[in-house]
Order: sequence, then structure tokens, then C-alpha cells
Amino acid sequence: MKTHDVIILGAGPAGLSAAAELKRLGVQDITVIDRETEGGGIPRHCGHTGYGLLQFGKLMTGPDFAKRLVDRVSDLDLRLGHTVLKLEPNGRLQLAGPNGLETLQAQKVLLAMGARETPRSARLVSGTRPWGVMTTGALQQFAYLQGKAPFQRPVIIGSELVAFSSLLTLGHVGVKAVAMIEERSRISAWRPGDWVARIGFGVPVMTDCSDLRILGQDRVEGVSFQRRGVTRTLECDGIVFTGQFRPESALLTQSHLELDPGTRGPVIDQLYRCTDASYFASGNLLRGIETAGQCYREGISAAHAIHAALQDKLAAAATPIRIEAGGALSYVYPQRLTGRGPYDPLLFKARARVATRGTLRVLADGREIWSRPINVLPERRIAWRVPAIDLTGIHHLTVDLQPRK
Amino acid sequence: MADTNHTQVVVIGGGVVGCAIFRRLAMGGLKPVLLEAGRDILSGASKANSALLHTGFDAPHGSLELSCMQQGYREYMSLREQLNLPLVKSGALVVAWNEEELGKLDGILAKAHDNNVTDVVHIDREALRRQEPLLSPKAMGGVHVPGEHIIDPWSAPLAYVHQGLAHGGIVLRDCRVESGRFDGIWHLDTNQGEVTADLVINAAGNQGDIIEAINRPAPFRITPRKGQFVVFDKPAARLLKAIVLPVPTERTKGIVICRTAFGNVLVGPTAEDQEDRIHAEVDQAALKQLMARGIEMLPGLANVDVTAVYAGLRPATQFKDYQITAQPDRRWITVAGIRSTGLTAALGIAQHVAGLYGASFGRLANSAPIWTPVPNLCEEQPRTYQAPLSGEIVCHCEWVTRTEIENALDGALPAGDIGGLKRRTRAMMGRCQGFYCSARVMAIAEGKITP
Repeated sequence: MKTHDVIILGAGPAGLSAAAELKRLGVQDITVIDRETEGGGIPRHCGHTGYGLLQFGKLMTGPDFAKRLVDRVSDLDLRLGHTVLKLEPNGRLQLAGPNGLETLQAQKVLLAMGARETPRSARLVSGTRPWGVMTTGALQQFAYLQGKAPFQRPVIIGSELVAFSSLLTLGHVGVKAVAMIEERSRISAWRPGDWVARIGFGVPVMTDCSDLRILGQDRVEGVSFQRRGVTRTLECDGIVFTGQFRPESALLTQSHLELDPGTRGPVIDQLYRCTDASYFASGNLLRGIETAGQCYREGISAAHAIHAALQDKLAAAATPIRIEAGGALSYVYPQRLTGRGPYDPLLFKARARVATRGTLRVLADGREIWSRPINVLPERRIAWRVPAIDLTGIHHLTVDLQPRK
Repeated sequence: MADTNHTQVVVIGGGVVGCAIFRRLAMGGLKPVLLEAGRDILSGASKANSALLHTGFDAPHGSLELSCMQQGYREYMSLREQLNLPLVKSGALVVAWNEEELGKLDGILAKAHDNNVTDVVHIDREALRRQEPLLSPKAMGGVHVPGEHIIDPWSAPLAYVHQGLAHGGIVLRDCRVESGRFDGIWHLDTNQGEVTADLVINAAGNQGDIIEAINRPAPFRITPRKGQFVVFDKPAARLLKAIVLPVPTERTKGIVICRTAFGNVLVGPTAEDQEDRIHAEVDQAALKQLMARGIEMLPGLANVDVTAVYAGLRPATQFKDYQITAQPDRRWITVAGIRSTGLTAALGIAQHVAGLYGASFGRLANSAPIWTPVPNLCEEQPRTYQAPLSGEIVCHCEWVTRTEIENALDGALPAGDIGGLKRRTRAMMGRCQGFYCSARVMAIAEGKITP
């Protein structure tokens, strides 16, 4: 069986930026696999603008951005409509394609399968189970890829940035939402989002909503919820569950690779390397959602690590230093450090569980080696660099966020 | 429908029981007409159950339920290969979690042997641990029932109905029986016009007493019993082999934890009586309790995501046993009060009904069966995506191909609604619940089904 230099799983921003960078670095034999029949990933169905400014120097729509990413690597072996069924040790992959089952072998595999929203079922939402309940991702595909409105008067659940994308998406097919409903006491996106929804879209925003219940038998007929001690019912014909992104890590959960229960993505080291050194990971698979631009940059960083690994220039993954999240942090990554460099300064990314004003600290075997004051909101990325430090003899790092007393 | 549409026998209700009776009568040379109120078969009680093939080891001794279950079990085993129906040979363990339950195991074993399920044996704590090492160490011991298995709750009735169609039966969906009168033959008023028949079989499930009232004051009352379930994602399937059954109490069989034919793990059901015969709501508090109970029994579930949640209504009556009777002078057969054991018992019930028919209404022919195998969706047997030229995979969570979706929308009984399409293919039933594929699936289904 032929051994490919690099196989990239996922033709979204992270996978395609890595492919382009590996090509630029002179790697010859690159295969990109995606299960969809078109490359580009999630931006493919984000029909609104907001992409590409930093990467291509101009503001573009998601589909244009996706096309640009695909066009740059059109000379590579791009296998669409191929589904990877199994990740096996040392870069061996089982997949299903139009010709049935296949096995592929790579020196290095980049996992870049992205993220998806949490559906109604995994949120354990009460009520009936009629047609018309979907996520933003599904709504976007109906609206931008099929030009269809699956409903006329939906209610939007959640107020992360993607909830505003769903308002734009609905506008594209001439639909206005009945309301935007948020469980927390303030919206999750940036604060003026409230005004954007109310004034820009004419959609009322309701915070502090709990005990959501879906009504209707064949089709959605309404939604009821508790708000400030009162049960309210809104008539609607659709419900869009937005946000609560999670890595599309189903393949990993069935594999030999270690997962982080905090991020729900793979455990990686500072070089985007998984617990099997043949596998690297980048983009939204690492932790749920960040912007396409972030994923793009992570793809490039992972490409550099893979390029070095192909030339045996990476430190071996000897006895790693574990990194754990503590305090108000729900996760931190990378989850381990391997070797002694060339990784400094260290780039950490994390998220807080709740809005916190306090101190972000790094502890090495219990001793504080770095700290800084911080004021964070949930669902926002926290990223920082810790200057190069000598970790000789250190076994364990804790990264935590302690609220100010 | 024109009133010249006269048939020998009408079966009311396209649940698993109605489908099995329809098949049996069609194979017996009648031209039965199956009337289903929903837009597809299996729209009521049969769309949500725990998908187990039971031995009857714990059924009431001497009951009709037991004999139908054991007959149904045998027939399922004998025809499953010809109809391509799956069987996950898991066996079951009735597990005792405290001293009191431990004390009830002898009785369960004795009842199983009374019910002629003779391979049921005690299993002690250590053996239980060896067999199911990931089960909570709180498990104190149990009873092993090797013959309990896992099946696909939807492919079986679909295969029955297809076989009935191949033998000349007719299925009318979206056909609700509203009233009727008997003047030597039955005149049933439906939303599609009058249907006349020499004989009516009431297999209306949760509507059983309402349909029965067309014939006579119903001697039973249906109280739908709601069961909620939580389905865990596929990694959970590695956590256990057997079906783990609780020691039953007076009121309920309790919460089961088992794999599914599709490679997930199921925890449920709850048992909640309600008046509403149609709406089966899930409830967050109950789902959380089920999850907690599941994790308590199988701690590894704590690290697995929830794929789906659902609720079903079981047509319970005030009686423990099935309510199956023939009224020859009224030319009516009642088949009611078939609760959670209906999936197992359906083929046996159909044989019993055929017996009632033979005794009072006429002879059934014995024609050679026409086999109508259904597509396999069970992970343990070859799936379509594994074969060349199966079309690309559209549903990425459940690995459903375009070909399978197109086939489900075509043929003798195409999917009648989205639920029917999901049950036939599993598309949109996986962990993402349609994030990736629902727009594509609906585009493929355009013009064939409407939401």
C-alpha cells in the first residue's frame, strides 16, 4: 500500500489552509478528504459576509471564502464524498467512498473535522418532537444551499454570535424570527447584539428564560418557557437551536487517541500533535467554535509542525508534561507539552465557565510561575502567551482562573 | 374512495401488531385492507419502544401474552433470514442492586422455568463481573437469560407489511376510521370515504377502546402509559454486551439499559400514565433522572454524549393480559391492550388471530410465502455504504447513503412522512440530529414527502 506524506481529514478552513501551507513548504504528496461532496467546510453555507479580510485582504461571503480556499489547492488530491470510518494507530485510515471500502496510509494525518452545534436532544429539552426543530447549521444549508425557508415564524434559542448569523440567514429567505430566547441573564454575544437584533432585525430578545418546552405534533406549533416566575408561550412554526458548538469528534471517540473531556476534542501538545505522533489536529475540532480566521491560522501552524515532523525535526513525544484547567476555566489547550522546544513562548487557549473578574495563573507542580489579571465572559476565547520558561523536572502544569475576592 | 370498495377483511391500525395480522391474513389468501390513520405505518405506539425480542421468561404464567410472545419469538427466529431482519444475540441479565432484589431472584428463576424458558440460570456477583466488567460494582448478582435479544423495532413491521402487500393486501395510510355500522357487513366511515368489509379487526393501539366503541361498549379502557428513553452515542456500545434488566416491581418492569441494533445504548423507559393518546412529551427532569440512573448502573456512560431522546405511549388497559377476542355474530375481532411486549408477540398474535378467524369465519389458504427482505440498518451486519456504487453517504452520523434514502422513498410502501423516512433509513437520527444532512435529505425527498 502506498504511504502518503500527509492526509488531511476535513476540507474546511483549518484543513485547507494547512494543505495550502504544506504545498508552499514543498510537501509533495498531500491528500485532502471530506465527506461532503463540496469542499470549504462550514463557510460554504454561511452566505453572509464577514470572511477573508485578514487572509485574503478583502471582505467576502462564506461561500466565496470557501471557494477561495478550495481553488488554492485544486491541484492536490482532493477526495470529496469520502467518509473516514476508523482512525487506526500510526496513520492508517479506513474509509468508505463511491467505490466501497478502502484503506489509506499516511506518514502524518491532520484531523480537521470541525465542529457542530448541540442539537435539541443532547440539550435534553422538554416537549414533543415535531418537524421544524433544527440547528443554525441545518438552517443555513436549507437557506443558502437550497434557497428554501423551512419555516416562516421561528423562535431562535441562544444568543451567541451564531444566533445573529441565523437572523441573517432567515433574512436571506425573507423570514423574520418571532423572538430570540436566552437562558442567561445577558446575551452571550457582544453587548450591542441586543440592539442589533431588536432594531436591525425587529426581533425581540428575551433573557432569563428557563424550562423550555416544545409544542406541536407533526410540526412545531409553539414554545413555552419560564421567565421571571411566569410561564409564557410563543406561537411559532420552527425553532432554531444556535451555538453550544462541540467538536465533531465521533471518529476520535472510537479511536486510540486520547480526548479531553473539557474541550471534547483531542488532547494535543504545543505542536498540535495528538497522543499518537502520526496524528495532528487543528481548527474547531480542538474545542468547539472559533472564527474561520482562527481555524485558518491554526491550520497553518499545524502545517509547520507537520512539515518539521516529516523531516524528523520535531522533538520526540517523550514523557509529556500534563496541563490541566482549574478554577473557573472549563478547559485549556494544549493539554500537554512534549520535548523542550522549539515551542516557547507557549500559546494557551481557554474558556471560562462563567463570567469572571479575577486572576489567570499558571502553576508548575503547584507553584505559581505566571499570572495576570483578567475579566472574561463565558463563550469567549481567552488566549495568551506565557514567556519561555524552564520546565526541567516539572511534571504537571495547572492553568486556572480564580475570581477576585 | 368509491363505495364499491368492498373487502373481506379490514385491519384498523398499522402498528406492529396490525402489520403482522395484515401479513398473516394476506398470506392466508385474503385480500386484507390495512387502514392507518397516520401518514405512515408505525406512527403510534410502535414508533417508540425498547426494541427487544423477549423470551417471555417473566411474563404472567398461563397468559395469552406469554403464549403469543413465545410463538412470536419462534416465528421471528424462523423467518428473520428470509426477511433480512437483524438479531443481536446479547442475552439479558436481571440484575439485583440490593438485598431485597437479591431475594427476588429465586422467584424470577422459578417463573422462567415455569414459563418453559429453561436456560435461565443464576449468576453470582463474580460471574456477573466477568461477564459485564464495566457494570457498576454495586451489582450484587442476577439471573442470566440467554435468549433475550436486540432487534430493529421498525424493520420487522416494515417487512411484515411488505410481505402482506406482496401477497395481495392493500395499505391505506392517512385513513382515519371515524365511525361505522354493521348490517351483516361493516360500513366504516373514514376521511377517505366509506370502506365496507365482511370482517373488521381492531388493532388500533392507543385508540383501541375508541375504535372498539364502534362495535360495542368497550369492555376495556386504554390508559396510555408513557415511556421516555435516552439514547447514548455509539462509543457507549463498548460498555456492555447484555441487556441489563431490573428486578421488576408490582407496577413496572423498571428501567432497562441495553445496546440497540444500530450500535447505541438505550436507557429507559419511565412509566407515566396519562390521558393524552397522541402527544408523548419528553421531560427534562425525567431525562436527567434516566441519565443518572444509567450512569449509576453503567458508570462509563458519564463520558458519552446523548444522541437522542424520545417518548412512546404504550396502550395499557385495566387488565394485565392482552384483550384479544372474536365476536363472530358481529364479524369483529378485537386485538387490544398490547403493551411493550407487542414487538415480540406480534407474529404470535397474528397466528392467534388467524386461529380465531379459522374457527369462526372461514379457512385460510396455505400459500407459499413470497419473501420481501428489507434493507439492513444493523451495525453488526453488512450495510449499504460498505458496498461499491452505493452512492455517497448523506447522513454522516448513521452512515446512510443516498441510495438508501432514494429506495425508502420508492417501492411498494414509500415513506409517508419524515418520521417514516427516518425509521426506514436512520437518516437524521444520529448525534448531530440533522445539522449536516437534513437539508440534503429533504432535497432528495422533495415532492415525495412534505414536512
